[in-house]
Amino acid sequence: MLDPRGWRMTEQQEPKKAPRPKIPRQKMPEQSAIERAHNFYEVALGYTNDLALLEASRCLRCKKPYCMKGCPVEIDIPDFIEMIKQGDLIGASWKIKEKNSLPRIAGRVCPQETQCEATCVLNKKGKGEPCAIGRLERFVADWAAQHAADELPELPKPTGHKVAVVGSGPAGLTLAGGLIKKGIAVTVMEALHELGGVLVYGIPEFRLPKAIVKAEIDELRRLGVEFKTNWVVGRVETVDDLLEKHDCVFIGTGAGAPLFLRIPGENLNGVYSANEYLTRSNLMRAYMFPEADTPIAKGRRVVVFGGGNVAMDSARTALRLGAEEVTIVYRRTMAELPARAEETHHAEEEGIKFKLLTAPLEILGNEAGWIVGIRCQEMELGEPDESGRRRPVPVEGKLFDIECDTAIVAIGNAANPLVPSTTKNLETNKWGNIVADLETGKTSRDRIWAGGDIVTGAATVILAMGAGRKAANSVMQTFGVS
Amino acid sequence: MFEILEKARIGPGVHRAVISALEIARAHRPGQFVILRCYDQGERIPLTIADKDSEKGTITLVWQEVGVTTYHFGTMEVGERLQDLCGPLGKPTHIENFGTVVGVGGGIGIAPLYPITKGMMAAGNHVISIIGARTEGLLFMTEEMRKVSHELLISTDDGSYGIHGFVTQVLKDLIDKGTKVDMVVAIGPVPMMKAVANLTRGYNLPTVVSLNPIMVDGTGMCGACRVEVGGKTMFGCVDGPEFDGHLVDFDLLTKRLAMYKGPELIALNRFRETERGCKCSIPGGGA
Ligand SMILES: Cc1cc2nc3c(=O)[nH]c(=O)nc-3n(C[C@H](O)[C@H](O)[C@H](O)COP(=O)(O)OP(=O)(O)OC[C@H]3O[C@@H](n4cnc5c(N)ncnc54)[C@H](O)[C@@H]3O)c2cc1C
Ligand SMILES: Cc1cc2nc3c(=O)[nH]c(=O)nc-3n(C[C@H](O)[C@H](O)[C@H](O)COP(=O)(O)OP(=O)(O)OC[C@H]3O[C@@H](n4cnc5c(N)ncnc54)[C@H](O)[C@@H]3O)c2cc1C
Ligand code: SF4
Ligand code: SF4
Ligand code: FES
Repeated sequence: MLDPRGWRMTEQQEPKKAPRPKIPRQKMPEQSAIERAHNFYEVALGYTNDLALLEASRCLRCKKPYCMKGCPVEIDIPDFIEMIKQGDLIGASWKIKEKNSLPRIAGRVCPQETQCEATCVLNKKGKGEPCAIGRLERFVADWAAQHAADELPELPKPTGHKVAVVGSGPAGLTLAGGLIKKGIAVTVMEALHELGGVLVYGIPEFRLPKAIVKAEIDELRRLGVEFKTNWVVGRVETVDDLLEKHDCVFIGTGAGAPLFLRIPGENLNGVYSANEYLTRSNLMRAYMFPEADTPIAKGRRVVVFGGGNVAMDSARTALRLGAEEVTIVYRRTMAELPARAEETHHAEEEGIKFKLLTAPLEILGNEAGWIVGIRCQEMELGEPDESGRRRPVPVEGKLFDIECDTAIVAIGNAANPLVPSTTKNLETNKWGNIVADLETGKTSRDRIWAGGDIVTGAATVILAMGAGRKAANSVMQTFGVS
Repeated sequence: MFEILEKARIGPGVHRAVISALEIARAHRPGQFVILRCYDQGERIPLTIADKDSEKGTITLVWQEVGVTTYHFGTMEVGERLQDLCGPLGKPTHIENFGTVVGVGGGIGIAPLYPITKGMMAAGNHVISIIGARTEGLLFMTEEMRKVSHELLISTDDGSYGIHGFVTQVLKDLIDKGTKVDMVVAIGPVPMMKAVANLTRGYNLPTVVSLNPIMVDGTGMCGACRVEVGGKTMFGCVDGPEFDGHLVDFDLLTKRLAMYKGPELIALNRFRETERGCKCSIPGGGA
């Protein structure tokens, strides 16, 4: 039997010759939709031991594990799942950590359905029942954090090298973790008052509890990583200043600058960027207002523009803040929605409405400067564009209004220019992203590395971690440390 | 870090504090600001760096009580520490020898004007400062301003001190007298900056204003601080806070500043009832 890629499958992978009891993909327990729509606790509760064992038993331990090809950091998936089957959860945890130092986070936020689980053999013929690799990864990592949290790896003698890291998102944290374990001193500088990047200010508590991010950072701190918050590189000191006191600098500043729609009415009160909305709620705890001082407009009818994770997070946050009706307005159809499948599914369950094939033309306001609605254009799918997706085109004459009191723009983020513009001769591309080698993270400047969203544009947590990891290896190679 | 070293009440509801902040003091240029939080559930608010001592590693902040955070900060005492202090933020003022620079400061705007006039003077400009307030009791920093101005004109709306009238009138008289003015810097309440810009537009006088939109991060990440300048959306925190006064949409700014009126009042009332608030002064009350 031939796989579409032309690889011949092994005997073992041929289900007919290795008959197994048909165990269905195990669901992960979660809070009911009615309950969770009104609280900020984590939606998914994680596998129990029994569920994890059952799910692990579905894995065929393929000789040619296609799943690994789908994982950007190539975790040894069959091996760690095998260890679960054997009850060696600590071993499984170490196996995962060989490739991914923040598995509790990746297990929760990776778009598995387009990565490891997409290529799992159990998913072939589009049956959609791949092994739940992400859920198992999360299970193992949570278990390890509870049972073996205090075990720190033994650190080698300091090498004497010093590295400065700009930005404490997944890219910077992964690099810091990689280097400190080799005896290289690391200082991480973060502009905000909390560490973690998008993991703390963007992704909401109900999807990624802040305590998990904090625990991961505390571990790095215990390993000796130094952190400086409220430290805006480019303003307090430049990258060139940092190079005077460090052997090299890694830039992991993310894609933090919000894009707006550039339509009339965009600066009306009640119109937020997703970044602002989520930052107020997550980082500033506006959901606790007035126990916390930062306010947020608690809309009754909320419209969210966009179809990615950021849009889902904004919509579901609005619902939890007490909105009566939340509508996602997206230009294409459900099939093109770029958000993680699980998030879209959860959003639908919670009662978020989807207004598809719809593009906003104008935001309507009143005298006092507040939004009262949006004027929309009906769209249809035309010819495919450069990205291969069918391009939405307006249906002539089909205009309509949606009434609302809050709108959240979640159509993407661009690179924040602060660091590139204050670093001499650092090459950037036409979108303002730093140009860096994707295999090493090396930039156009000697002793400066970069990785994560600032290089690739808004992407994923695991790709940022992968970039941090590759850059760490490249830095070590330069230092002659192995 | 961020310890309050000196603190004084310099006017009704107006405080001045010197804070230990080594790196910020070293990196600061006139026109820049900080964002601070008083405690762990606090809001992030921007305040201009009114002065600094880079040798001692301190910065000076001057603020007016208007809502929960500025009141809270007002209750903090020498020896206490701010939870967070981030800066310097924003683009520094463009300072060079323009010739004659007129600084116009209204109310709390006098504090952010001070480092700019100081810088303009050091750059060799002839500096004329016009500062004003509603009434004499609300004037502050007059002696400091005198030191960084070749000429200082003071006005009060009610005539209780100095020239009787608005700062705009004083500026108009100055221009009409034939004083050669090359550049105007105006900082104060939005209506004042708007009036100055409208006046100088007629004379084609370059005018810089410093805007005070609501901010969250102050690094260009959230867009809360959106302002319209020449029909284009700009971020106050990274593209500003200073802009060409003739191009700013002041009415939009006024509306956006009112966005959280309701919640702010709830927060302030609640604050007054809590332990944090019990030390605080009567709003707008005496010294
Ligand atoms: C709401 C939201 C939901 C998402 N959901 C998912 C998901 O479910 N799954 C997924 O895989 N991906 C998701 N993503 C994308 C993912 O979070 C990012 O791709 C990833 O965080 C990028 O990591 P990074 O390390 O490059 O940068 P970031 O996480 O953006 O961190 C950069 C850090 O650098 C700091 N910084 C910036 N400039 C400076 C400076 N001048 N000085 C000092 N510090 C600075 C920033 O404050 C920030 O803390 C989501 C993104 C958002 C916004
Ligand atoms: C660049 C900049 C420099 C500033 N410098 C000074 C200064 O030197 N001295 C001074 O007294 N004030 C200054 N301000 C204004 C000061 O930030 C606000 O008065 C303060 O944030 C009010 O917070 P609050 O919690 O006390 O009041 P709130 O109850 O939150 O608000 C009262 C009013 O203050 C404004 N405001 C609220 N939140 C913010 C915010 N995060 N940012 C800006 N304005 C807000 C709104 O108009 C609001 O209606 C500056 C503002 C900016 C943007
Ligand atoms: S890191 Fe992400 S892609 Fe890789 S195995 Fe884990 S969930 Fe799958
Ligand atoms: S996860 Fe899927 S592809 Fe990977 S080894 Fe198991 S069955 Fe095979
Ligand atoms: S305050 Fe967030 S972008 Fe300016």
